[in-house]
Amino acid sequence: MDTLSDLATPLTMGILYGGLYVVIALGLSLVFGVMNVINVAHGDFVTLGGYVAFVAVTSLGLDPILWLIAGIPLFFIMGIVIQRFLLYRAFKMSIDAALIIAFGISLIIQNASQLVWTPLSRSLMTPYSFKSFQIGEVYIPLVYLLDFIAAVIVMLVVHQFLKRTYLGQAITAASQDRQTAELMGINPAVVYQYAFGIAMALAAIAGVFLGLTFPFNPTSGVRFLIIAFGVIILGGLGSMVGTFIGGMFFGLSQALGGYFWGPTGQLLVPFLMVLIVLTIRPQGLFGR
Amino acid sequence: MSQEVLLRVNNIDVFYGSLQVLWDVSIEMKSGEMVAIAGANGAGKSTLLKTISGLMHPAKGSIEFAGMDITRMNAYDIAAQGICQVPEGRRLFPNMTVLQNLMIGSYSQKARAKREENLARVYELFPILKERQNQLAKTLSGGQQQMVAIGRGLMSNPKVMIIDEMSLGLSPLFVSDLFRVLHEIRARGITVLLVEQNVWRTLHEADSAYVLETGRIVMSGRAQDLCEEEEVRNAYFGT
Repeated sequence: MDTLSDLATPLTMGILYGGLYVVIALGLSLVFGVMNVINVAHGDFVTLGGYVAFVAVTSLGLDPILWLIAGIPLFFIMGIVIQRFLLYRAFKMSIDAALIIAFGISLIIQNASQLVWTPLSRSLMTPYSFKSFQIGEVYIPLVYLLDFIAAVIVMLVVHQFLKRTYLGQAITAASQDRQTAELMGINPAVVYQYAFGIAMALAAIAGVFLGLTFPFNPTSGVRFLIIAFGVIILGGLGSMVGTFIGGMFFGLSQALGGYFWGPTGQLLVPFLMVLIVLTIRPQGLFGR
Repeated sequence: MSQEVLLRVNNIDVFYGSLQVLWDVSIEMKSGEMVAIAGANGAGKSTLLKTISGLMHPAKGSIEFAGMDITRMNAYDIAAQGICQVPEGRRLFPNMTVLQNLMIGSYSQKARAKREENLARVYELFPILKERQNQLAKTLSGGQQQMVAIGRGLMSNPKVMIIDEMSLGLSPLFVSDLFRVLHEIRARGITVLLVEQNVWRTLHEADSAYVLETGRIVMSGRAQDLCEEEEVRNAYFGT
């Protein structure tokens, strides 16, 4: 085999599992857009989504993707409750207070999952976990393709929601100019609640695809938070297209880094890319 | 034209932290009037507007709108009650289209019901906006942005429209056009509150006026009378 077809495997895989990063990053950027708060617990919400799906798979025997029919509304409601009774109260005092509360939530989830699910790595096992398909000479695990499909569907749904509904437009408006949005009759507290609820629903989805793609443990959330942050910066804050391309780009550089430099290169290369992009284009690839 | 008082500001004191910006300010707007608040930069005009629209709250005094006490109400509730503000500097949502900006104006439940009707009205007043409806707001010229800002206000189906520094940065010719539109808006029963640094122009357009100086109302009355007032002429017209 020549180098080109050797490269085809990491290239395709990187782009595909980049989809997972897109779904994680979307939730983070949605909340940041309206509240200007980096929800440092977002990565832990994703692993929590993975663990809850793990329970659904192991004790109820459900397919993890099918589980999402219940998991999405469950996480959505959880998000609204957390925002309304916890985060927003701190947010009214200051952004810093909200950040500290988010840190607290993050620690609680990490430690509670250690207690409940032990520090061991878990993954979501399904009959299709080890299936792969072939394009030319390249073999691609099926779950990577699922990551990509999930990312495309999530992007389209969120985009249409933001564009076509009053609530979506209120979220969009509030993320561009909060005070003026308020003058238009938009209650910011309601916008924060729904944005947070949606971000949590996205975390439930991301958790399932994370569990299908990689093994995860109670502290994996931190790593995915940092990756999601990298993806948003790479793509440009506030741009959905940017987040999508950023996710693919991140997955791609991770796969290539791993291919050329082994496991150490896996995260080194994408974060080097983030640094380079920030130097050349501080607003990100698609930033405004 | 009915002459009941629609909006009444009673003796308000407003602070930014410990810094007092407004002292004992009272104004009154009758239904269907065009009222002007004139004053130099830093006189407290924008603070007064923010207090009326609920973005700030007075330490003392009260604000009544259509017989209702709105002193402590939140901005988004006041907007839903029918007071809309066209903020200084337009403050459009830059990455939303013209149409999306207009639609967000009709966010409150009452306004949603009349959305199509109000949109037709806005396009009638500003035909160019219909042509540009799918363009991003940030790509418009300053004058067109002001049209969208006024149109967005109209979409909320308001009883009172507050316009902050409408003519700032626009050519005199264009400002004349906008004033013509404001008179049309008023003719349809919407009460207009104008806040301007451009004192001369504003006093000539409005029915009644208040002159604000370092946080206090120093003069008020019929706009026409104020134009004749020697102090006003000396202070603002240089004659």
